[in-house]
Amino acid sequence: MRNFWLPHRIVMAALGVAVLIWCVLTLRWDWLPNYLGLAAMGIWRTIWLLVLSLVLGMMLAIPLGLAQAAGPRWLAWPARGFCTVIRGTPLLLQLWLLYYGLGSLFPTIPWIRQSDLWPILRQAWPYGLLALTLSFAGYEGEVMRGAFRGVVKGQIEAATAMGMPRLTLLRRIWLPQALHRALPTLGGETVLQLKATPLVATITVVDIYAVAGRVRQDTFITYEPLLLLAVVYMAITGIIVLLFRHFERRLPSRVA
Amino acid sequence: MKKLALTLAAALMMSGAAMAETVKVGIAAEPYPPFASPDASGNWTGWEVEMIGAVCKAAELDCVVTPVAWDGIIPALNSGQIDAIMASMSVTEERLKAIDFSDVYYNTPTMIAGPKGVEMTADAAGMTGKIIGVQVSTIHEAYAQKHFKDVAAEIKIYQTQDEANQDLVAGRIDATQADSIALDAFVDSPDGAACCELKGTVPDDPEVLGLGVGVGLRKGDDALKAKFNAGIAKVLADGTHAEISKKYFKSSIYGG
Amino acid sequence: METLAGAAAAASTLELLQLSPPGWGANLLQGLWNSILIACGAFALGLGLGTLGAFGKLYGGLITRDLLAIYTTVVRAVPELVLILILYYAVTDAVNQTLIAVGYGRIQISGLAAGIAVLGVVQGAYATEVLRGAIQAVPAGQIEAARAMGMPPALLARRVTLPLMLSNALPGLANLWLIATKDTALLAVVGFGELTQQTRQAAGATKAYFTFFIAAGMLYLILSIGSGWLFAKAEHRARRGLPEVRG
Repeated sequence: MRNFWLPHRIVMAALGVAVLIWCVLTLRWDWLPNYLGLAAMGIWRTIWLLVLSLVLGMMLAIPLGLAQAAGPRWLAWPARGFCTVIRGTPLLLQLWLLYYGLGSLFPTIPWIRQSDLWPILRQAWPYGLLALTLSFAGYEGEVMRGAFRGVVKGQIEAATAMGMPRLTLLRRIWLPQALHRALPTLGGETVLQLKATPLVATITVVDIYAVAGRVRQDTFITYEPLLLLAVVYMAITGIIVLLFRHFERRLPSRVA
Repeated sequence: MKKLALTLAAALMMSGAAMAETVKVGIAAEPYPPFASPDASGNWTGWEVEMIGAVCKAAELDCVVTPVAWDGIIPALNSGQIDAIMASMSVTEERLKAIDFSDVYYNTPTMIAGPKGVEMTADAAGMTGKIIGVQVSTIHEAYAQKHFKDVAAEIKIYQTQDEANQDLVAGRIDATQADSIALDAFVDSPDGAACCELKGTVPDDPEVLGLGVGVGLRKGDDALKAKFNAGIAKVLADGTHAEISKKYFKSSIYGG
Repeated sequence: METLAGAAAAASTLELLQLSPPGWGANLLQGLWNSILIACGAFALGLGLGTLGAFGKLYGGLITRDLLAIYTTVVRAVPELVLILILYYAVTDAVNQTLIAVGYGRIQISGLAAGIAVLGVVQGAYATEVLRGAIQAVPAGQIEAARAMGMPPALLARRVTLPLMLSNALPGLANLWLIATKDTALLAVVGFGELTQQTRQAAGATKAYFTFFIAAGMLYLILSIGSGWLFAKAEHRARRGLPEVRG
């Protein structure tokens, strides 16, 4: 940190502050107070979509990775196929397939509309969450495949030789070590997932990106909401990076 | 339909040979039948597309139809990607702050469509507790936000009316508010006829619903505005307007 | 009777994929072609920017390095969708303002050019990191040996640094290419007629959502699996005569 404030950096920081002041003074921000409530709601929605899809996606990624790394062929191939399809097609297309495809299917099946789930199924966010979850599972499943494969064979052989039951072996040795190997990539994957969330705005989920779009469309102000939006995403990314750095520091890095 | 497109293209080409000035007329890139929608060969057809041909011919302008995302159509006009907007854009106070308009070339009432078998009136009482879908930055969105916001369960904003119609078919919304012609076409389509019907015209509010649809132009582009006004006056006077309308609609759509 | 109707319905939606109107197959292929064009252009532009960026980060002055750090950080932190909107509006606006300022009229920037520029800038940031890592991974001894033999710098770059770097960079570049093909879909949001947008229009017009989205998905899959195979071959070729990599 001591070496940070080199002379040229002070000049650059001063320039940055000048640009910021120029932005505040000359660009139009009068719309901001009207949209603060909506923006807060949008940020909240973005964050919970991110967190929930990460958790659910990770829960899917572990069996997907395990099936590919050590499963029998009838499990490994479908898992492999799933990851290939998810990683080989754009998320936007997957999202639209789920939302519009299922949306055109449901009206033809009357009992779905009568079911108790309909009040949830008729909303847009379940489709957004599902698409984001499947996408994360696809990418992270590939990472977990490598992580499971990378666990040193000797450890597993030693445990088997000790007569450890297979489930215990998975829980005590294989999974923790695989997760530990996957952790360094998880921060980057989380940022990528954050960058994927604004796609849900195209299916009427009002996240922070949709709020910025609303401002642009209501007021015809183009740049200001987009600039602010970029700043918001950078701030969230910064928080994610700091959080993961914190976690990684707390974990001992025994595995070479 | 194809023949129509061909004659239109021929008309455009003929006017192109006679005149030099090229005017890029922006239409919404999203289908808005029966005003403008693309067919499989990529030609845009519909009442408004024909009207563009007729008005431009009458105004002696060499027009090129340019599809632009509705979302960004006003910024596209102001940044010079297009020179005029003929995309069923109503003249409103809010839009007059950003752009200029020619004289009105059509004006139709605003209606509400909903599912069959549900008692619903096209006013605040009927919309109580309902989920209403409207297209973004339209007079219908503004109207719904002003009159239904407090009573409706939710107002969902769509990028296109087509998506709102689709979600009405899918049962994700309870009602949609739009231009009477667009909704007429929807409830006549196989999908719309199976599920939905018109519920009536909303109580008028000229302040929001505006004074009709005009050609959107950059502020200060008065020469082009004069030409478009002359063109519109001519097609109204010589019967071209009525003739094109007869092909698509049962009644005149000028003057409500 | 019901199965008959079902089969007829399925057949009729498949007919919608025919190449000539009223089938929408040609539109999808046109969209695919646009997507490939944009992906190629953006990938090439990104490679150019990335090469400059990588050399700048490794050998540039303090200010160059800091500016490049800002570029790569911002691009990697802000969603592509937001960058596309900002660059799409800002770039066209800036170009036209400049043209008007110097006395020319407005020009129309084609969706293709704007798409390539926008995705290229995004790709450039990622390519910078990939290429920087690849250059750093070239064994220093090899370069020193070549220098000691009196090899001129241009020849050294061509014969030693670039070939060795390429084999290190190819996996990362293959990944970037896949990202480029998939990111073209984002241009659908600004209304550009690439594959996803064409699919959406066809599906919206015919209401055959499943048919078209699945057909488009298959086109994307063929593209990504095909190019993955090509990259694997290229990597194999680039690694001729090199020791097997670990891990």
